Amino acid sequence: MRNGPEWLRRHPGFAYGLLAALLAVLPFIVGAGLGKGWVRVLDFALLYTMLALGLNIVVGYAGLLDLGYIAFYALGAYLFAWLSSPQFGLHLPFWLVLPLGAMLAGSFGALLGAPTLRLRGDYLAIVTLGFGEIIRIFMNNLDQPVNITNGPQGINLIDPISIGGFSLGTPHTLLGVHVFPPTLYYYLFLAFTLFTIFVAMRLQDSRIGRAWAAIREDEIAAAAMGINTRNVKLLAFAMGATFGGLAGGLFAAFQGFISPESFNLMESVMILCMIVLGGMGNIPGVILGAVLLTVLPEALRYLGDWQRAALGHVVVDPNDLRMLVFGLAMVAMMLFRPAGFLPSRQRRREFRAEDGVAEQEQASLYDAQA
Amino acid sequence: MALLSVENVAKRFGGLSALEAVSLSVNAGEVYGLIGPNGAGKTTLFNCMTGLYTVSDGAIRLDGVPIQNRKPHVIVGRGFARTFQNIRQFANMTALENVMVGRHVRTRTGVLGAVLRDRRSRAEEQVIRDRSRELMEFVGLKNRGRTLAGHLAYGDQRRLEIARALATDPKLLALDEPVAGMNPNERREMGELFLKLRASGITLLLIEHDVKLVMGVCDRVAVLDYGKKIAEGVPDEVRRDPAVIEAYLGGAPS
Ligand SMILES: Nc1ncnc2c1ncn2[C@@H]1O[C@H](COP(=O)(O)OP(=O)(O)O)[C@@H](O)[C@H]1O
Ligand SMILES: [Mg+2]
Repeated sequence: MRNGPEWLRRHPGFAYGLLAALLAVLPFIVGAGLGKGWVRVLDFALLYTMLALGLNIVVGYAGLLDLGYIAFYALGAYLFAWLSSPQFGLHLPFWLVLPLGAMLAGSFGALLGAPTLRLRGDYLAIVTLGFGEIIRIFMNNLDQPVNITNGPQGINLIDPISIGGFSLGTPHTLLGVHVFPPTLYYYLFLAFTLFTIFVAMRLQDSRIGRAWAAIREDEIAAAAMGINTRNVKLLAFAMGATFGGLAGGLFAAFQGFISPESFNLMESVMILCMIVLGGMGNIPGVILGAVLLTVLPEALRYLGDWQRAALGHVVVDPNDLRMLVFGLAMVAMMLFRPAGFLPSRQRRREFRAEDGVAEQEQASLYDAQA
Repeated sequence: MALLSVENVAKRFGGLSALEAVSLSVNAGEVYGLIGPNGAGKTTLFNCMTGLYTVSDGAIRLDGVPIQNRKPHVIVGRGFARTFQNIRQFANMTALENVMVGRHVRTRTGVLGAVLRDRRSRAEEQVIRDRSRELMEFVGLKNRGRTLAGHLAYGDQRRLEIARALATDPKLLALDEPVAGMNPNERREMGELFLKLRASGITLLLIEHDVKLVMGVCDRVAVLDYGKKIAEGVPDEVRRDPAVIEAYLGGAPS
């Protein structure tokens, strides 16, 4: 068919149908084509998409730089582990624990956001970074005097998600097809990711979304136009954290094991990179960034195999090379597409070196700096 | 009772006394001008009145209720909106979105309404949109709604800021040098807009340098110099006030 994409654009129903079909069979194609391990990578791509969309509310919509976002993922994961594992002998159902984890993370989002309200830019980044580390260090050390988190060993044997007796943690044969857990989780994660996309889209195009954008553009003007900047910022922190907590709960159930190590600063930085790389503020861009940055590092693991095949032995540790290639890719990205692969309407303009806008922002500083 | 009364307001920045015991009162329905040389403290007074600065001393009342040191959004909620001397737009939002932000304070849709888009939220969103379009037209920006605020011509940006402030349904609208940088033709058009605003029942507080414009549209004016009010009254009176001629008009009455 000539003009395929054009035809699809004029028949959006068909395009969505095609996309849905593709997403439905994706784990089988990937599993058959690339190996079973890649289905897990797919699962993580979905988890990171949720995380990136959540952080995008804080960073992309409201313009608040948060470097401790992974803490909310940790809180969701730990709450799931506490309420659904032998740690305390509790085995509550996931439909109760997941929302609780999301709520706990959301409350902490607002709680940790509160002291940072008067901070901007670099200072905000440093303080949120500190909060992120504090949560991780707590998890690392709360095994004494009362053992809550089991310290660096982490919590094991977390219950898999089980929907009405159908456990996602064990293989099943459905309609004669053998389906293993990562594939089952894929569908669950896909459902939650679609839910997250839906909420993120609706929030962006709403009274609340406009208030966030106004604060991002000019906080003083936003306040002077009647926006309660404190509440609206806290709401951004809380909403972002809620999705972090949700993803955390899913992660805990999927892995069956969590430890503080999974929630280090590098993870926060990675999620931020996904947003920046994909296109801050733009939902398709953020999704693309999350998928790319989950898949790329995995793909670069093959660098070791290639070296062995080509040279007979491994010259450079693929892990080192991986980070090098990754770093170079990020630098190249910032040079050639600073607004990301799929920049948002706003960002694209911002990065098009609008001298007028920059000048105005400089000039306006004098007017009102309380 | 005056709509706005400023009573002995002082504002100090460290050692610098930007405002000293300034008192004035604005009556409902009038256009009140605030003039004075650069650095006299006019913008500082606006910032104090609209909650962007805390006052060092004194009281500011809107409809008899103290508003000094309250949060800006509370003051806007009470019906007092403003524009800025140095345009402060949401430059990367469209012109219409800028005005829609102004409706925030008069609307209620929260996270749940935004996500569920129930009937009430949809209706509210439509009203926000309609009212914002109306205001764009009112200030003379019909059909510019989809343009980015930052891409509007300078004069249009000033108009947009007025539309955005109007979207908060103010009783009292404070404009900080709204015709600065405009040519005589644009100034005249703006003057007409001020009269149209007054006709619609909004009280105007106007900071302005253009003496001709001030004399033309203001019912009363106050003159600030070095943070002190040196004169107040109807334009013709103030124009002849020797202290004003000395301080502001530089000895050259117009
Ligand atoms: N945030 C601030 N910090 C320190 N000084 C300020 C601040 N804002 C205004 N000023 C000072 O207050 C005085 C009055 O300024 P301003 O109110 O902007 O004058 P006007 O608007 O009448 O030209 C000036 O000397 C100015 O430098
Ligand atoms: Mg000024």
